[in-house]
Amino acid sequence: MDWHTCSFYVLSVMILGSALMVVSLRNIVHCALFLAFTFMGVAGVFALLHAEFLAAVQVLIYVGAITVLILFAVMLTQKTIGISLKQTNRLAPLAVLSAVTFLCMIAVIALNTTFPTSGQHTVAVSTQTIGSAILGNGSYVVPFEVASILLLAAMVGAIVIARGQDN
Amino acid sequence: MTLTGIAEFIASFFGLPGSSSVWIVAVLAAAILLGFMLLTVLILIYVLRKLLGKIQARLGPTRTGPKGIFQTAADALKLLIKEDTIPVKADRRVFIVAPILVFVPAYLVYVVVPFGEGNHFIAKDLNIGLLYIVAVSSINVIGVVLAGWASENKYSLLGGMRSAAQLISYEVPQALAVLGPVMLAESLSMQDIVKAQGEGLFSWFIFRSLPLLGFIVFLVASMAEINHVPFDLPEGESELVAGFNVEYSGMRFAFFMLAEFAASFTICAIAATLFLGGWHSPIRGFLDNGWWTVFWFFLKSSALVCLLMWIRATYPRVRVDQLMEFGWKLMIPLALFNVLVVGLYVALGKGG
Repeated sequence: MDWHTCSFYVLSVMILGSALMVVSLRNIVHCALFLAFTFMGVAGVFALLHAEFLAAVQVLIYVGAITVLILFAVMLTQKTIGISLKQTNRLAPLAVLSAVTFLCMIAVIALNTTFPTSGQHTVAVSTQTIGSAILGNGSYVVPFEVASILLLAAMVGAIVIARGQDN
Repeated sequence: MTLTGIAEFIASFFGLPGSSSVWIVAVLAAAILLGFMLLTVLILIYVLRKLLGKIQARLGPTRTGPKGIFQTAADALKLLIKEDTIPVKADRRVFIVAPILVFVPAYLVYVVVPFGEGNHFIAKDLNIGLLYIVAVSSINVIGVVLAGWASENKYSLLGGMRSAAQLISYEVPQALAVLGPVMLAESLSMQDIVKAQGEGLFSWFIFRSLPLLGFIVFLVASMAEINHVPFDLPEGESELVAGFNVEYSGMRFAFFMLAEFAASFTICAIAATLFLGGWHSPIRGFLDNGWWTVFWFFLKSSALVCLLMWIRATYPRVRVDQLMEFGWKLMIPLALFNVLVVGLYVALGKGG
């Protein structure tokens, strides 16, 4: 087994194991920590596929921002240490049943499909390609700008709500 | 002899398959970087104590070894031997993981620091080098917050929260300031950025387009990122005892200290790479190859390290509200302005 395959299996175990922890642990801070590990594993898979830019952005946004935001929210709202929360309710058996059915369905489809493999090489410098795809001529400029304006509006909205009425 | 050569030698010596040399190279590079990092921290702590002593008209350490040079080593040994306590009410597992989450990112950044010319003096010249640095160093916020939380101590929790707020606020101007050199070099790779500054002193990015602004914004934001004085609020002794690491002792505490000092060297190294021409000599073509490039790199980084220590000795700590106002109302607009001007400079330079 070459190092590429080996890394892939290690990363897969890391992703699946941590993801399982996220949905099964009873302490919400532990869940957040394992969520960070899941994201890092996904970043590793991106890096294996030569999508370095995507890998770095995955770490920067999901690990460095979203997980921190979750931790922040948890710590600001309540005293959580030592409190165990149940992640399941009385519908758990039904949920397991539907999840297993879905898994079987996906497995059958995946096994019966022949996936086309491309002989093309991966893009050497993906950052430049992404940059010109977003901002270059005849590209996704408009969707990109719309997303930016949407985010800006969300930011302004958040500030307005946070300020309240007194000022 | 290159690292690959050594790895192939080791592989053949132990009768390992040829494909394993990839792993051996990785392990060797990691070990060298770790050794280098520990050595830098030892030296940095000693120099800091001596320099602070000089500035404050004291002597600094004098007793352990000639001029006290073994003081840091002695302190490190003391930290190793000290009892490792975990508070009864603490969340044990998170308490143990947190220092590692702070230490590992500080260590990972060394992978892309270009110590000299060519591929021998950089562990891996990633084509997203700079983005990698920004991404990896954003992980340590989690470690700091969790350390503060897991200690189950009000002071450490407050310290952790302050730190998180500070770190995520100053990441913005830092990342924006970094964009200047990226636009001028048209690359994210650290070696490419250095190569774009090879024409002597006035081709350094600190003097190109908008002089000094990008450099100052980057340095100040980075100082806030590593909790350096005057932005060391998370560990404000007078208000928070020692901040997020109050409950830590022995080796676990040493990890936080290691990460902090290692980071203060890295930001100087990165600032030197991005704005001061990296390993290039200040005069074009003068002693600008081979091991001389390592000399120039360390000269520039050390000068910045001393500047940081000077600031540490001189400035009083800012207040929380001042910190946030300074970050959001001054640093970010300045950084945005810098991006705008450098972008115009590059666009006009290309057009004309």
